[in-house]
Amino acid sequence: MTDQLKCAIEAEGLTKSFPGVRAVDALGFDVDAGEIFGLVGPDGAGKTTALRMLAGIMPPDAGKATVAGFDVVRNPEGAKHALSYMPQRFGLYEDLTVDENIRFYADLFGVKRAGRKERSAELLEAAGMSEFRKRLAGKLSGGMKQKLGLVCALIHRPKVILLDEPTTGVDPVSRRDFWRILYELAAEGVAILTSTAYLDEAERCHRVALLHQGKLLFCDTPANLKAGMRKGVLSVTSPDPRSLRSVLEHAEGISSLVLTGDGLHVVVDDAARRIPEFEARLKSANVHYDAIQQVAPTIEDLFVDAVGSGASPHA
Amino acid sequence: MPEQNDSVVMENLVKRFGDFVAVDGLNLEIRKGEVFGFLGPNGAGKSTTIRMLCGLLKPTSGRAQVAGYDVAREPEAVRQNIGYMSQKFSLYNDLTVMENLRLFAGLYSVPSNQLKERIEWALAMANLKGQENLITGTLPGGWKQRLALGCAVLHKPPILFLDEPTSGVDPISRRQFWDLIHQMAKEGVTVFMTTHYMEEAEYCNRLALIFRGKMVALGTPSELKRDSMKGELLLIECEPLGKAVEASQSAPEVMDAAVFGNAMHLVVPDADAAMPRMEKFLADRGISVTHIEKIRPSLEDVFVSLTTASDSAEERKL
Repeated sequence: MTDQLKCAIEAEGLTKSFPGVRAVDALGFDVDAGEIFGLVGPDGAGKTTALRMLAGIMPPDAGKATVAGFDVVRNPEGAKHALSYMPQRFGLYEDLTVDENIRFYADLFGVKRAGRKERSAELLEAAGMSEFRKRLAGKLSGGMKQKLGLVCALIHRPKVILLDEPTTGVDPVSRRDFWRILYELAAEGVAILTSTAYLDEAERCHRVALLHQGKLLFCDTPANLKAGMRKGVLSVTSPDPRSLRSVLEHAEGISSLVLTGDGLHVVVDDAARRIPEFEARLKSANVHYDAIQQVAPTIEDLFVDAVGSGASPHA
Repeated sequence: MPEQNDSVVMENLVKRFGDFVAVDGLNLEIRKGEVFGFLGPNGAGKSTTIRMLCGLLKPTSGRAQVAGYDVAREPEAVRQNIGYMSQKFSLYNDLTVMENLRLFAGLYSVPSNQLKERIEWALAMANLKGQENLITGTLPGGWKQRLALGCAVLHKPPILFLDEPTSGVDPISRRQFWDLIHQMAKEGVTVFMTTHYMEEAEYCNRLALIFRGKMVALGTPSELKRDSMKGELLLIECEPLGKAVEASQSAPEVMDAAVFGNAMHLVVPDADAAMPRMEKFLADRGISVTHIEKIRPSLEDVFVSLTTASDSAEERKL
């Protein structure tokens, strides 16, 4: 079973409530070896609770989960051995150096001395941190700290890694580095479950589960999700987006309209039909625009379409 | 004397800490009613610039004017004319909505005869009427954010500084928030936001990209996407992906190759010309291409391209 394990993570009907709120509501999905699976949703969607249950540190109220073939409730120790969990605030020791932190985690995870140096050197190289081995962890930038956390979490060669918002607060350049490491791990067969509140980051995952208020909205590849959106998305650009909006906001066929810095982002029922209508409207109102183009929907469009573009779900 | 239309002006603004040049000669003019985004990676000099603009830190040289006041000579006047909001630090979670509003009204010295009216106004603007007695810490993210905004503008500042105001908030709340911001801008408030989240940057009328203390690009989001990339982007779906990325890195016209989800992204000088050549290049190496298209760069692509280009220019100098 362990050799031919197809699903590295299986979750079925996972549910967890806290007083007054159902944080995770009957969540089910599975992640294959070598796959990067994203739990994607805004703050409060239930991502952290789901990850904690999978990591075996919080018992679910209902449902079951296995990680690397181990039931996380009945055999949490087995599961913990096979996985690595990196919480939002990974416990780095700021007054220890990069090398010392890695050694500490290697001891904690019971990594054998033989091969330890090589593993550590290889991970630091992949993270682009070889030259910072003697630096105190507290003196690293935010992006570097996150990468060091990942290096520590990988020192015992886990088959499954659970990452809770690893790129929050990390700038785009470091974010790319971080993703490069994840792709390399996936290529080696590691199953990766990562959460993010940035919907644009979903596009980097092989498959994503979009979460909202504890519930699963969608689960598929980003390409399939976008292909499944029946509505068209238009980008209208202009130096004066406010005038555009006043002309177009009551046009027919619009399900959502967002004012951006240099135009409008409009979701419509039928792009081919609405583009000429919008052009005519703007011309007759004598409002200048640079271009109207159909663009690919984003994961955010999909999310808003599913949740409803009316008032905030809380309001 | 301040120019009428420019409500934030920087001229050769420099800040040094010892040998380290945190802000290296910034020149910018931000117009009244503009929503302006100041983008940069961590450590690029964003916070140092904001601190100087808020009159909290004296420039080493050059000058800056905010709402017509010189930040070095009139820091008090500057501070009376700005509002500042950061999603993370501005509110007291164990106070109620009303208590937070009263506290900030006190901090910003809102005259007592205007207090009631201003608080009513802020509650209406933030769509929080009827929620005055809720404990702030229990509010959903989108509400907190609107409350923080209400607190930051109680004293009607002509200039509003925002620091990553909507990171992590759900898209619907974020859209509502930005509608409020654009409404204020329409009424003449100048908005200066710092962020490194591209989702926020899209809401700005103009963006400046700052890296290592210098401005490396300036324009509207569309202009930056159109003009600032060094090269064009190709998206290629192919099997096996890992091998394809490795092979592409040595292709003569490929400037950058990276995995992106189930596909790879290539940066090439001319996407249309490269398409057939790359298809052949990959086929010759036993890689089957299932889909290839030219894609529009995202702001993040632009950001990474500009900062890495600037990085290698820097390395060449050394």
